[in-house]
Amino acid sequence: MKKHTGASDSLLQIGVLVGALVLALLVGAGLILLARADPVTAYKAMFTGPVSGRYGITESLVKATPLLLIGLGIIISFRSGILNIGGEGQMIAGSLAGAAVALALPNWPAAALLPLTMVVGVLAGAVWGGIAGWLKARLSVNEILSTVMLNQIAFQLNLYLIRGPMIDPQEVAYGTGCPQTALLPRSIWLPRIIRGTRFHWGLVIAVAFAVLVYIFLWRTIIGYRMRASGAGPQAARAAGIQVENYQIIAMAFAGGFAGLAGVVEVLGVHHRVLEGLSGGYGFSGIVVALFGRLHPLGCIPASIVFGMLTLGADMMQRAVSIPAAIVMAIQGLVVLFVVASDLLIRRPDLLRRRQAAARR
Amino acid sequence: MGAISGQGVIAGILATGIRLAAPFLFASLGEMFAQRSGVFNLGLEGIMMMGAFAGFMTSLGTGSPWLGVLAAIGVGAALGLLMAFISVTMQAEQGISGIGLHMFCWGLSGLLFRVYLGFITSCKGFGPWNIPVLSHIPVLGPILFQHNWMVYFSLLLVPVSWFVLYRTTWGLKVRAVGTTPQAADTLGVNVNAIRYQCVVLGGAMAGLAGAFLTVGQANMYADNITAGRGFIAVALVYFGRWSPVGILLGSLLFSMMNALQLWIQVLGISFPYEFAVIMPYVMTIAALAVAVRRVWAPTALGKPFRREAG
Repeated sequence: MKKHTGASDSLLQIGVLVGALVLALLVGAGLILLARADPVTAYKAMFTGPVSGRYGITESLVKATPLLLIGLGIIISFRSGILNIGGEGQMIAGSLAGAAVALALPNWPAAALLPLTMVVGVLAGAVWGGIAGWLKARLSVNEILSTVMLNQIAFQLNLYLIRGPMIDPQEVAYGTGCPQTALLPRSIWLPRIIRGTRFHWGLVIAVAFAVLVYIFLWRTIIGYRMRASGAGPQAARAAGIQVENYQIIAMAFAGGFAGLAGVVEVLGVHHRVLEGLSGGYGFSGIVVALFGRLHPLGCIPASIVFGMLTLGADMMQRAVSIPAAIVMAIQGLVVLFVVASDLLIRRPDLLRRRQAAARR
Repeated sequence: MGAISGQGVIAGILATGIRLAAPFLFASLGEMFAQRSGVFNLGLEGIMMMGAFAGFMTSLGTGSPWLGVLAAIGVGAALGLLMAFISVTMQAEQGISGIGLHMFCWGLSGLLFRVYLGFITSCKGFGPWNIPVLSHIPVLGPILFQHNWMVYFSLLLVPVSWFVLYRTTWGLKVRAVGTTPQAADTLGVNVNAIRYQCVVLGGAMAGLAGAFLTVGQANMYADNITAGRGFIAVALVYFGRWSPVGILLGSLLFSMMNALQLWIQVLGISFPYEFAVIMPYVMTIAALAVAVRRVWAPTALGKPFRREAG
């Protein structure tokens, strides 16, 4: 294969990504027609909403925060050759465990309770992800299937806990019975960056972690071994790398980041655990990771793009009553188009050969 | 539970279990062909959702559950074709493309449900067809022979799939393409054409499985009606070691478990509802942990075929 210059290579990559997004949105326009609405008005609401005014911009960033954190974890797992579809479950595990600790120790000083809550959330997510990693490494259980099942289990456990043992005592006292936990101590809520909005410090934490993940994957021995395990397990094994162990570590990391996303969502946005907190972020995180071309820094703009898209879909639902579910369909298409176009990025020679054959 | 005899309960669980095996059988047998040919289709859950929706809406609109089944099969086959294009022609990573397909179908079924329906209603479905004579056998009759045609058909597909896979030329080609595609190619088998056929077949059968959930069982549609059954069906292919008989055993094991869970709720046995729902998912992981040994897997599973690489 001919070698490509760096510049034309990254240009091709960006071109392919933009192409995939545009194509997905075009098909999405067809879906809007199917939903008996006008695509132009719908997309106008969807694209102008998130960029006009303080509300749109800050809410997009609020939505980008869990996407970025989950995406970072997914990058670590994908780069290590293990597919984590369990972001939803790991996020729930993190939010539940973090909230449980914070609610159990309301008299602790915030300086100790806040870090403890976050660490517990990360650990819970890491355990939830680590289970799938361990099952894969030791019993060769397909990690995609096990993480999907762990999602369902976490989802039901969450329902059980917030309807029963962890329900807000006030909900019981007033007889409303809304399935949610009590509010966490106000002292550990993540401060808002802009007053009067929900934009909190979580994004700063997430961006800092993006840089750390980059350093971890490309500048440390463990990161190198993880990438080697993903790039070629046979070769890595031959070089003495214990691929299976790194797969477990990778899944624990992925789960830890999703757990952090969960606990940050609790501390920064809802201040309690409620139903549907994970809200598809686990799946959208995969899209963000792929769209960031599995690079931690690429993940930052990708998370903002999809944060805006998610918010835009909500605003479109309110403006022209097209169900926001459409954004999941569009994201699915983005995934399909991005992975399908990998062939063009991996083997641009195929594309050129085909063009040459056509010209002949 | 005094009113229901112990024997009646056991017969009830078994009959429910046979009925609930149908969607697993349809989806898993279809996925078995796809995986035997070398393509791992994880989009099954989403295809089932779309099949369930298409079956429901067609039956609601036309009043004919038969047309509903046909529509579901058509939609499933079309989505299978999409998956085949992405994974065979474009040689994309199959795990991720399957998840992409699942997300697409998940969003699309949610969108269409809200736009065209928005509320829970019931459609015309299939009633039971009691097989003459056999359905009157005491105990066995109600368990085995008082179901609707889809249940019998799902069981019939087990020997049919076995025959097709092991006793026909096409089945031989499928197995060859999934284990040694280079050799099959050398012998003049069109590897990618066989894979396309298998993935489309798998999609059609997943659509049929979805239709069972709406017109064959509940006669209604609700959001997320599949509740992970499509993913469990993929797991059952592993658990059944890529063989029709293994898949039958796995499907029955799971559907009996599901039936037990439902009856626990029906009988009002005090047990947190959420834990009852969790049982099949925990069991799926356990089943994968004890059953999966890579030895039985088609060797070319998940690997796109490139002629020039050979």
